[in-house]
Amino acid sequence: MQERVRSGGVGVRPIRESRWRRSWQRYTWVYLMLVPVLLYYAVFEYGPLYGLIIAFKDYSPAVGIGGSPWVGWQWFHEFFGSFYFWRVLRNTLMINVWDLLFGFTAPILLALLLNEVTSTRFRRFVQTMVYLPHFISIVVISGLVLDLFAQNGLINDILVSLGGTRTAYMSDPGSFQGIYVGSGIWQSVGWGSIIYLAALAGINPSLYEAARVDGAGRWHLVRHVTLPGMMPTIITLLILRIGQMMSVGFEKIILLYNPSTYETADVISTTVYRRGLLEANFSYGAAVGLFNAVIALALLLLANRLSRTFTGSSLW
Amino acid sequence: MRPPRALRQSQGFRSPLGDRVFDVFNAVLLLALVLITLYPFYYVLMASLSEPSRMLRHSGVLLAPQGFSLEAYVRVFENSYLRESYRNTVLYTVFGTALNIVLTCLGAYGLSKHDLVGRTPITLFIVLTMFFSGGLIPNFLLVQSLGLLNNPLAVILPTAVNTWNLLILRTAFAAIPPSLEESARLEGANDLIILCRIYIPLSLPTLAVLVLFYAVGHWNSWFSALIYLNDPHLHPLQLALRQILIDGSTEGVGAGGDAAEPVAVTLRYAAIVASILPILLVYPFLQRYFVKGVLVGGVKE
Repeated sequence: MQERVRSGGVGVRPIRESRWRRSWQRYTWVYLMLVPVLLYYAVFEYGPLYGLIIAFKDYSPAVGIGGSPWVGWQWFHEFFGSFYFWRVLRNTLMINVWDLLFGFTAPILLALLLNEVTSTRFRRFVQTMVYLPHFISIVVISGLVLDLFAQNGLINDILVSLGGTRTAYMSDPGSFQGIYVGSGIWQSVGWGSIIYLAALAGINPSLYEAARVDGAGRWHLVRHVTLPGMMPTIITLLILRIGQMMSVGFEKIILLYNPSTYETADVISTTVYRRGLLEANFSYGAAVGLFNAVIALALLLLANRLSRTFTGSSLW
Repeated sequence: MRPPRALRQSQGFRSPLGDRVFDVFNAVLLLALVLITLYPFYYVLMASLSEPSRMLRHSGVLLAPQGFSLEAYVRVFENSYLRESYRNTVLYTVFGTALNIVLTCLGAYGLSKHDLVGRTPITLFIVLTMFFSGGLIPNFLLVQSLGLLNNPLAVILPTAVNTWNLLILRTAFAAIPPSLEESARLEGANDLIILCRIYIPLSLPTLAVLVLFYAVGHWNSWFSALIYLNDPHLHPLQLALRQILIDGSTEGVGAGGDAAEPVAVTLRYAAIVASILPILLVYPFLQRYFVKGVLVGGVKE
């Protein structure tokens, strides 16, 4: 294939131009086929970037984005100065801390446990069952959570029969983050373990044999063979996860929270939705959203850099 | 001769008894996880089949239906808002997934051609979008300015290609030997024909996973419909479910449903069952492809 391309033209023209020409001649259809795809990316992925400039304007739908007057950093000042700024920042941070501590580690633990199961049939059975919740909509999951944790819900029924007291968990600010992170683990621990299991399947079996000959026990094998074999995957996913910190679970929070839990549930992205979209403060919402996106990008770059420095593996 | 100290110690650790205890403990733990995963679904199913008035008085763990009644299901199917939203979701899922797959195939085919001049900048143009997003408000303004508010296209077009899925398919396409297409090319087949006759048939397992990912995404999507589709006649199922499950109102659902009516208790559960049934039906057939799909996606480029 390569040769045919090379022999296609004579080197009269400048090389760059003729490379394009030959590629175009050979791949006319491919270029045409790429057009709708690139159009999608231009309009729906890059297009919204134009709308971001309203973060620095006083947007009014009547005059449109271009006609609205510039206001500089006004919306950012308003956001940073507001009483809610620290609240949403703290909540965004705390939810992520809990989720990194428990939500990120749970699939790793599950993969390790599944890896120790000797019966293939039993392992497949467990896997098939725990993957399932991943495919259930967040609306249904949230509906179930509201139901189970309701004042007269199943969780309360069980706790009362064990001698506890009834609590209205869904309007208790102290419970929100726990319920949010816990239900997230319930839904995605199985699915999250797939990628680790795939990494485990790629570990060379001779490593285990060599370790066994050296007298390594089960725990030593996990510590010195299995975990190191998973490390690159763990680090890649950790970097990606940190890059998503600012956007986590926004849809589920909207479904689960209510004014009595805003104290611990309101995060940056839910503020954008409520103040920006529901109350139609488009410029304010865009400014908060931009702040959110910039922090997210910075976190991703930072995580990548740290990982490259300390572990030698990175996304790019 | 006595074995070295380290060996003796670790042998003590892997004593059959210790292994046995761990295996049993591990199996019990995993079974408990399966139970916790499945019980909420079982509860929903049992509750949906219960007699509404008895379900209202019931508290605690539910192992079997409280009495037996299909009234909730009859209500779900009689309800015109739910029926309409179900139909809308089916349409959005079918057309949305079709568009997803067509565009993903076209894009993946182009990106898999190693000697395509311009491939690197095009790939960069696409992959860069994984690291930023305009955000909620700019996306809303874009859809609004395109005149797509209250248009079903608003829930289909903005998610027409998923970059992650595109890269998965690109990897699968790139693994197909170029020699396969040469003879077709000599016979005058263009790239569209080569894509359809050679690349797609050879990538069916990967495509099956992508169809599943895209279709489940459409089936479960609600937020874009919430902000883009005001007209209740365009609402997808998940929005109707949200009204019933989250806002706890069966009034808005029409058909004279009154939240105070006992059937409202079981109707919630019947609606959940009706909404996840299609996913449960295709799940067993597709789950053997999961690992392959996710695995290929895990390949770092």
